[in-house]
Amino acid sequence: MGMAADSEFHVLAVDDSIIDRKLIERLLKTSSYQVTTVDSGSKALEFLGLHEDDRIHQNTPSVSPNNHQEVEVNLVITDYCMPGMTGYDLLKKIKESSSLKNIPVVIMSSENVPSRISRCLEEGAEEFFLKPVRLSDLSKLRPHLLKTKSKDHCKEQVDEKPAFPSPKQEGKEEQQQSKNNKRKAMEEGVSPERTRPRPNGITSMV
Amino acid sequence: MRRQLAIMRQSLFDQGYLDEQFIELEELQDDANPNFVEEVVTLYFRDSARLILNIQQALERKPFDFNKLDGYMHQFKGSSSSIGANKVKAESTLFREYCRSANAEGCLRAFQQLKKEYATLRKKLEAYFQLARQTGPLETASRPK
Repeated sequence: MGMAADSEFHVLAVDDSIIDRKLIERLLKTSSYQVTTVDSGSKALEFLGLHEDDRIHQNTPSVSPNNHQEVEVNLVITDYCMPGMTGYDLLKKIKESSSLKNIPVVIMSSENVPSRISRCLEEGAEEFFLKPVRLSDLSKLRPHLLKTKSKDHCKEQVDEKPAFPSPKQEGKEEQQQSKNNKRKAMEEGVSPERTRPRPNGITSMV
Repeated sequence: MRRQLAIMRQSLFDQGYLDEQFIELEELQDDANPNFVEEVVTLYFRDSARLILNIQQALERKPFDFNKLDGYMHQFKGSSSSIGANKVKAESTLFREYCRSANAEGCLRAFQQLKKEYATLRKKLEAYFQLARQTGPLETASRPK
C-alpha cells in the first residue's frame, strides 16, 4: 500500500495517550511512512540517541558515534501536553542538539492557544497541528521531509525563508514560506469548525 | 442486517453521539486493518474506565484538587475527541469549566452527567460493533484502492 519510495521516511511519534498513539501511527502508516511511537519525551530522546545530560555546549553527542545513525529519524511529531517533558521541552532539546537540530519537528495539541503556537514555531517547530490530527494535515509533512533529503544531497542550509506571499490553499505539495504555514495553523485554529476539503488520495508521488 | 447496521450508524451521528472524527477513523480502516475502528474504541473504553475511576476517587477527597481534576479531564476530553465522542466531549468541557472556576457543586453535577453520557455511548457502540462483526464491514467511506 503506497510507493516504496515513501517508506524511506521514518517518523517518530510522541504522545502519552495510547489512543492518540494508535491514531497517529495509523495516519502515518496510511501516508506510507515508517513509524515508531513512544509515550514520552525522554523515551523520544533515548530513541534519537541523545542522553538527558547532553547540553548545548557539547559539540559531540555523548553516545557512541553509531548510535544515532542506526535509527535514522526524518521527522518528529509530538504532543504538546505530556507529563514530565512537554512537547515544547522536547522540541527545545532537539533544536539545541548539534546532532539532532536538523530533524523537523511538528507539534500537536488539543488546545488552540495562539501564544503556545507562536512559541513552538519560534523555537523551530515546522508545523503546529490541532488535534484530532487528520490525514489532510499529514500532507503538510511532505515538504519538510523532502527538504531534509535534498539537504543531505546538496549540503546546503536551507534556513532562509523566502519572502514571497503564498495563497491560502490546502494540500499544496511545493515548499511554502514557513510563515504562511504557521499563520495557517493559527487561523485554522481560530475558526469555529474545520471546513477544509478532505482529499481522498493518501499517497502522493515523491 | 446491513440495513440495520447502517441505520444504527446513522442515528449515532444524527443524535450527536458521534461526530465527523469517527468518520476519519473509518477512513483509516481497510483490508489490511479491518478492525481499526473497533480497536481504537476498545482502547478508548479501557483508558476511559481508568480516568473515570481516577476522577471518582479524586472527587472523594475534600477539598477538591481542581488542578488534578482538570488534568484528568483534559486527558479524557482529548481521547473522547480523538474518537469522535461528541456528547462526552461536550460534558468534559463543561466539567473543566467548573474546575477552572473552582465550582465543586458544578463539578459533581457535571461528572454525573458525563458518566451517564459515557455509559450510553458505550452501550450504543458495543451494540454497533457486535452487529458489525456479524454483518461484516459497511463501505461507509470511499477509499481509493
